[in-house]
Amino acid sequence: MKYIDEFRDAALVRRYRQSIARITTRPWTMMEICGGQTHSIVRHGIDQLLPPGVSLLHGPGCPVCVTPAESIDMAIAIAGEAGVTFCSFGDMLRVPGSDGSLLAAKARGADVRMVYSPLDALRIARETPSREVVFFAIGFETTAPATAMAVAQAARDGIENFSLLVSHVLVPPAIEALLSTPDNQVQGFLAAGHVCTVMGYREYEPIARRYRVPIIVTGFEPLDLLQGIYLCLRQLEEGRAEVENQYSRSVRRDGNRTAQELMRRVFTVQRQRWRGIGEIAASGLGLTAEYARYDARVRFGQNRTASEPPTECIAGMILRGLRKPLDCPAFGTRCTPERPLGATMVSSEGACAAYYRYRRHMADSGRVVSR
Amino acid sequence: MTEGSGFALTCPLPGGEGDVIELAHGGGGLLMHRLIDRVFRPAFAASPSDLVHDGAVLDIGGSRFAFTTDSYVVRPLFFPGGDIGSLAVNGTVNDLAMCGAQPLFLSAGFILEEGLPIEQLHQVVASMRAAAETAGVRLVTGDTKVVEHGKGDGLYVSTTGIGSLRAGVAPTPQRVRPGDAVLLSGDIGRHGIAVLAAREGLGLEGEIASDSAPLAGTVMELIDAEIDLHCLRDPTRGGLATTLVEIAEAAGVEIRVDESAIAISEPVRGACEILGLDPLYVANEGRFIAFVPPNTAEQALSILRRSPQGADAAIIGCVEPSRGRGVVLNGLIGGARVLDMLSGEQLPRIC
Repeated sequence: MKYIDEFRDAALVRRYRQSIARITTRPWTMMEICGGQTHSIVRHGIDQLLPPGVSLLHGPGCPVCVTPAESIDMAIAIAGEAGVTFCSFGDMLRVPGSDGSLLAAKARGADVRMVYSPLDALRIARETPSREVVFFAIGFETTAPATAMAVAQAARDGIENFSLLVSHVLVPPAIEALLSTPDNQVQGFLAAGHVCTVMGYREYEPIARRYRVPIIVTGFEPLDLLQGIYLCLRQLEEGRAEVENQYSRSVRRDGNRTAQELMRRVFTVQRQRWRGIGEIAASGLGLTAEYARYDARVRFGQNRTASEPPTECIAGMILRGLRKPLDCPAFGTRCTPERPLGATMVSSEGACAAYYRYRRHMADSGRVVSR
Repeated sequence: MTEGSGFALTCPLPGGEGDVIELAHGGGGLLMHRLIDRVFRPAFAASPSDLVHDGAVLDIGGSRFAFTTDSYVVRPLFFPGGDIGSLAVNGTVNDLAMCGAQPLFLSAGFILEEGLPIEQLHQVVASMRAAAETAGVRLVTGDTKVVEHGKGDGLYVSTTGIGSLRAGVAPTPQRVRPGDAVLLSGDIGRHGIAVLAAREGLGLEGEIASDSAPLAGTVMELIDAEIDLHCLRDPTRGGLATTLVEIAEAAGVEIRVDESAIAISEPVRGACEILGLDPLYVANEGRFIAFVPPNTAEQALSILRRSPQGADAAIIGCVEPSRGRGVVLNGLIGGARVLDMLSGEQLPRIC
């Protein structure tokens, strides 16, 4: 497939692997931000191609994983109300709140629909004026513009039976939060290519300077990731700390200004709780006063701030790069995709789910030997 | 479950997995297998080898017959490359073929929803007739029920089939052994993506048609060529990966598969990339996997390649002694990964 196969070329992968080995003189620890990158790394075994001592930690960039349990609880409560059609991305449906998931609510009779875009939810609202259609707006800066577009269109077309349960989050404040913790181990970042496609990478430049960390805007295919790792290692070895753009076929320094403008119109930045991590200042999005009437929390009188019940789940440590999934005593035994203790085991972008799917059998026997 | 161990329907599933049926229980993954293991098998299986396959092989008066049943609830009723009627015939024909049987007779049960246009029923029935003619089976009995408006998606079909087996033909996972070659009869992922695209109105460029087709003809050619079919299976729900995992578990072997040998058409790959689906887990309705002795692999392959839709047939891997890992995929860039069963249905990712 054009534009995919080129980035999975086995010969080029070998060449990059050699280049990485050639420039690496000592151990380094990097973090890939995005859950999509985590899955690509684990699926293709990219981390196993790196020199000894060079390790990748898996970051908090799994939108489903960091959506707080109370948001899911609110989603389930709203979905259970008479006359409500509740729309969500498919990935979110299986994630447990403090008591059950949206899929379980659907099985009990709630009208829960899987949609591919917030605009699909808006279309359902338009076609079924007798129902209150609610969209569960989660995700990073990648999905936020589509949410903003749906609200703006609802307002433009006077569609009032549509509302949003907003739980959008932002990447740069999370990176700063990670770098500010005393036990931080991350020396360089692979920033999320699709987030930067929307936002550009200007906002990462002060972070790279202030914390002295290289940040490489990186794509998702095996060669993207290896090139991103190579660029990051080269900066680390040379003692530089800059923002570099590996994913230049998609990302510009200024990003997508139209999308950013729409987001500014619809959203305001606010404090946000991240599941497993806690509250981070200025790391979430809420609706501005102009669009506040589309807030499902207000419309359905749902405003919970339940604290998360204590479990043996170490998702918080994993999302902060302090542990890896195989370090968890519950991994693969008391915590599986069918009976998850935490969201990182459920979401298709969650680190635990990636390890469960691709690495579970290697937990005791080491690596699968490639040919 | 052994005889005499008792049968109780109390708490068939452990706590925490929910006390009601979820859609994932029908997804062909781990939850469905548990449901069979914990609810159906204790109730119905007389011996451990019962209810482990989509079809049963019965000895009646010295002759061997394959017997199978399946229900079809696909939505929409009509999709590129097929409809619920042709699917219901081909699916049951294929379950018989995977037992190594020549399909003979089918029954059909219809559950119709009040308000279904009779014209649509005509179309479905005509399509069933055409599919039955193509597959060389006769529809000999049936049943019709009507449910109230809102209690069914227009139309559900159940088909049951019976077929005859020649002496010596007995493909089962238990006969799979190290050294066997693994053949796949064509490219994968077409049915699942075709139905998904039609249902969700994805507006993908270039229409992807379902691969729904009868497989018995090709299987009979393999049998006629005296290829010793150790195991046959069609990778329907749960896709190629789930089917291989099931066989590896049942056979107690490791299956090694080369990702580069598995044909996936460009439109299917594109749709899967966009939707975040793994084509290895997407349903097929006109493909099968065959395990054959290595010295007959090339001959079997040439028969598959000559079959309808068989241009992309390939030897995709081989069987090795068990190392406790089930199915190992040699990836495109040189790494290897273990393939696993999904817990429920694949859910598209967010971004």
